[in-house]
Amino acid sequence: MFTYTLRRILIAIPTLIVISFIIFALLDLAPNDPTGNLPMTISPEVREKIRLSLGLGEPLHVRYFLWMKQFFVNEPLNIIEQVFEVSIGDSENRLRVQSWATRSPVVDLIVERIPQTLWVVGMSYVVGILIAIPIGVISAYKQYSWFDQLGTFISMVGFSVPTFFTGVLLIIIFSVNLQWFPSIYDTNHKVTDWASFGFQVKQMFLPVLVLALYNAAQLTRYMRASMLDNLGQDYVRTARAKGMSEKVVLLMHVLRNSMIPVVTVIALSIPQVFSGAIITEQIFRVNGLGQLLIIGIQGADIPLVQTLTFIFAVLIVVFNLVADILYGILDPRIRYD
Amino acid sequence: MKKSLLYSAIGAATLASTSFAPAAFAERGSDGHINIIYWQAVSILNPYLSGGTKDIESSSLIIEPLARYDESGNLVPFLVEEIPTVENGGISEDLKSITWKIKPGIKWSDGGDFTADDVVFTAEYCMHPEGGCQQAEKFSDVESVEAVDPLTVKISFSVAKPFPYGPFTGGESPVIQKSQFADCLGTKAPECTDQNFGPNGTGPFHVTSFKANDVISLEANPNYRDPAKPAFATMTFKGGGDAASAARAVLETGEYDYAWNLQIDPTILTQMESAGKGKVVSAYGTSVERMMVNMTDPDPALGDKRGTIEGGAHPFLSDPAVRKALSLAIDRATIVEIGYGSGGQPTCNVLPAPEIYASTANDDCLVQDIDKANQLLDDAGWARGGDGVREKDGVKLNILYQTSTNAVRQDTQALVKQWWKEIGVDAELRNIDGAVFFGGDQSSPDTFQKFFADIEMYTNNFNGTDPENYMGSWACDKIPSPANNWLGSNMPRYCNAEYDALLAEMAKTSALEERGEIAKKLNDMLMQDGAIIPLVHRGRVSAHANSLVGVKHNAWDSEMWNAADWTRAK
Repeated sequence: MFTYTLRRILIAIPTLIVISFIIFALLDLAPNDPTGNLPMTISPEVREKIRLSLGLGEPLHVRYFLWMKQFFVNEPLNIIEQVFEVSIGDSENRLRVQSWATRSPVVDLIVERIPQTLWVVGMSYVVGILIAIPIGVISAYKQYSWFDQLGTFISMVGFSVPTFFTGVLLIIIFSVNLQWFPSIYDTNHKVTDWASFGFQVKQMFLPVLVLALYNAAQLTRYMRASMLDNLGQDYVRTARAKGMSEKVVLLMHVLRNSMIPVVTVIALSIPQVFSGAIITEQIFRVNGLGQLLIIGIQGADIPLVQTLTFIFAVLIVVFNLVADILYGILDPRIRYD
Repeated sequence: MKKSLLYSAIGAATLASTSFAPAAFAERGSDGHINIIYWQAVSILNPYLSGGTKDIESSSLIIEPLARYDESGNLVPFLVEEIPTVENGGISEDLKSITWKIKPGIKWSDGGDFTADDVVFTAEYCMHPEGGCQQAEKFSDVESVEAVDPLTVKISFSVAKPFPYGPFTGGESPVIQKSQFADCLGTKAPECTDQNFGPNGTGPFHVTSFKANDVISLEANPNYRDPAKPAFATMTFKGGGDAASAARAVLETGEYDYAWNLQIDPTILTQMESAGKGKVVSAYGTSVERMMVNMTDPDPALGDKRGTIEGGAHPFLSDPAVRKALSLAIDRATIVEIGYGSGGQPTCNVLPAPEIYASTANDDCLVQDIDKANQLLDDAGWARGGDGVREKDGVKLNILYQTSTNAVRQDTQALVKQWWKEIGVDAELRNIDGAVFFGGDQSSPDTFQKFFADIEMYTNNFNGTDPENYMGSWACDKIPSPANNWLGSNMPRYCNAEYDALLAEMAKTSALEERGEIAKKLNDMLMQDGAIIPLVHRGRVSAHANSLVGVKHNAWDSEMWNAADWTRAK
C-alpha cells in the first residue's frame, strides 16, 4: 500500500508538469485578445501599448518558465510568509501572477472567493449526499415500489434538466412571485448572530437547492445500484438466518459494504466543488471560483485562467489518488502492489 | 407618577415638533442604503488601467474630472469655477492652451487639499510612456500641463486645438490624488493594487471594501464639498450574471435600485416594467450599429495582399449601384422593432448626434424599397442567374457577412439575408466571438481590422461631444494593413482626397456652427459613397426603482455622473 501510494505520487509530478504545459500553450495560442472587450473608443495604437504592458511581447517559452517560477516558487513562499508571519527574501518585489483585468495577484482573488464557493457549492454537495443516501437505500430495499419509481423519476429529472433552467424557474417562483427568497447572493454578508445566520440560510436556499438536486440525482443512482448488488449476496441471507433484525442487516452490514464505491465517487467529485457550479453561480451571482473562471475566459485574462485551470487539474489528480487509496483502505479485499 | 407623566409629555412634544419639521431638509446619509447592479462586474477602480465601461462608471462615483457632460451633452463644471472659452479668456487666442480655475476648498476623501498639483500628476501618470495608460487618447497632442498656482492649471498643446476639452473631462480622465499614487508611475502602475482598488477621490462616495469582479461597498464621502449630499449613507455596487436577471432584480423583485445596460429583448423588458416597481430609461449618444463595406478584395487567393489596397478593388462592392441597392433593401424599422425596442432608432447617418452634427440629407434610406433596389441592379447590368443570384462578367453577388456573437446581431443578420435574397444577392452569415473579433490579435484572421469578408457589422461610438477624432477614423492613412500591423480604424478602406482635405479644414476651424457644417459634410460624403451602411442609432437602456429620484440618464458621460443628487422618494 505504501509503495503504491509513493509510486502514484511520483507519477503525479510529471503528469502535472505536462498538464501545466498543455494548459499554458493552449490558452496562449488561442486567438483571444485581452483588449478585445475594451470599448471601441480606445485607438489601435493604445491597444498595442496595453498589450505590451501586459507582457505579451515575450516569446512563449520565456513566459512559460516565468509562470512556472511564479506558481511553484513565489506563491508557496507567499503563503508560507502569510501563515507563519515571517519574511523570506525579497518579498516586496517578488513577481506574482497578476490578473490582467484587475492587475492584482491571482491567488488573492482566489482566496477571496473561497468562502462563498465553500458555503454554497460545498453545502449543496453535503445536502445532496444527505438526500441521496437515504433515498438510494430505501429505493433499493423496496425495489419497484412506488417510492422507487418516484425516486427514479426525480433522479431522471434532476439529472437531465439543466441548472440554468431550474435556477431561473426557482427564481421566478420563489423570488418574483412568492417573494420568499432573494435572487441575488450578498457576498459581503457576515454571520454574527442568529438573525444574520437566518439571512445567510435564506440567501443560500435557492442555489443550494438547485445544485443539491443535480448532485443527489447522480448519487441516488449509484447508491441504489450498489445496494442492489449487495442485497442479493449470501452474507445477507446468513445474517437474516442468524436472527438479526432487518434494521441491523440493512444499516450495519449492507449499507457499509455498499458505501465503498459511493465514497470513492464522492471523493472523485470533490474537485468539482472548487471549479464551482459555473452556471448556477452566474445565475444567483454567488461570485465564486466558477464565476471567476468564466470572467477570465470571456475577458481573455490568460494568467487568471491558466492559474485556475491548473489548480483544478492539481485537485483532480490529488483526489483521484485519494479515491484510489480510500478504496484500498475501506475494502480489505483490495490490495495494491 | 407625575415625573413619568412629565417625561412622556416632553417626549410627545418633541415627537410632535420633529414631525412638523420641513420634510425637504435633506442631509447627508438621510436616505440610508442604495443598491446598484452592473451585470458586468467591476474589475478595477482605476479607469487609466482599464478601458472597460463598467470600471469607468463605477470609479466615477469616487474620482471626478474637472468637468462632465450632462444629459444633453453640455459641459458642466464640477471641480472648476466655469468652463474656459475663448470669450472668457480660458482658452488662448491661438487655440494652443487652456486654463482651468479650480474651485477653492475642495478636499480629498482622506482630508488632503485638492490642488493643481494633483491635476499635473494625473497627466504625468497617464502620459508616462511605460504606464500602459488606457486613456492615452484623451491626452493626445498635450505638450505640457503646469500648475500656475495651487488653484490654476494650464494645459498646452503642440498644435492648435479648436476643441481643447479632451483632458480631464468626462469619466475617462478623472483626477487622481498625487500623494496616494506617487509611487505608481510607469511600470509600477499595475502593482499598486491598494490604490487601484480604493482610490481617494473628490466624489460623493468612497470605497470601504472592494472585491474584484464581485462587489464594491461604498459609503458617503465625509469630505464631500456639499455637506447635504449625497443623500445615501452607504452603497452596494454588485456585479456579475447577465442583463436579464439584473433587470429582474430591479423591475420585478425590487432587490436593487439601479441596473445598467439592459441589452435584452425589448418585449421582455416591457413585460418586466409592467410589474410597476421600476422604470426603464434610455438615452441616446453616438452609438450606431452599422455595416462596413469592404472596398478591397478579401479573396484568399490573393495571399498577403488580401484585404489591402494593393490587392485591388472589390469585385462587386466597388460598384456604387450595388452598395446603394444593398442599403435600399434593408428595412431599418423592423430591425429596431425586433432587436432594440425603446433602445434604438433607425438612422441613416454614421454621425447621429449631437444635434448640430446630425445631417438630414440621407434620410431617404429610412424607407425600404425592394423594387428600386432591383431596378438599380438591373440598370447596372447585374442580371439574375439560374439560381436567382445576380451576376455580371462572371462575378456573382455572393456576400460573406460577418459580425460578433450576439443574439440581436444574429437576428439582424437573418433579416438582412432574407431581404437581400429578394434583390438577388446571396449572403453567407458568419459570427465570431466578441473577444476575437474586436481583439486585434495579429495572428487571428477573424479580426474586424483584417476584414477578410465582404460586409461586417458592429457598433462604434466616440466619447464626449466632439466628432473630429471620430470622423478622422476614415482618413486614408488610417487604413489597416500589414505595414501598420493592421492597427487602423478605417475598416472600409475608404480613401478620398476630398474627405482628407475636409478633415484638415476642420482641424483649423474653431467656430462651433462651422465645425457642425463640416462634420455634416463629412458624414454625407461617407453615406453618399456608400462606404458605410448605418442601421440603428443605439441608446443606452437602464432601469431604476420608482423610489429612486433624481436619475438623469446620460449617454455622454458616466451614468453615475449625478449620483450625488439622487434621493429616495418619501
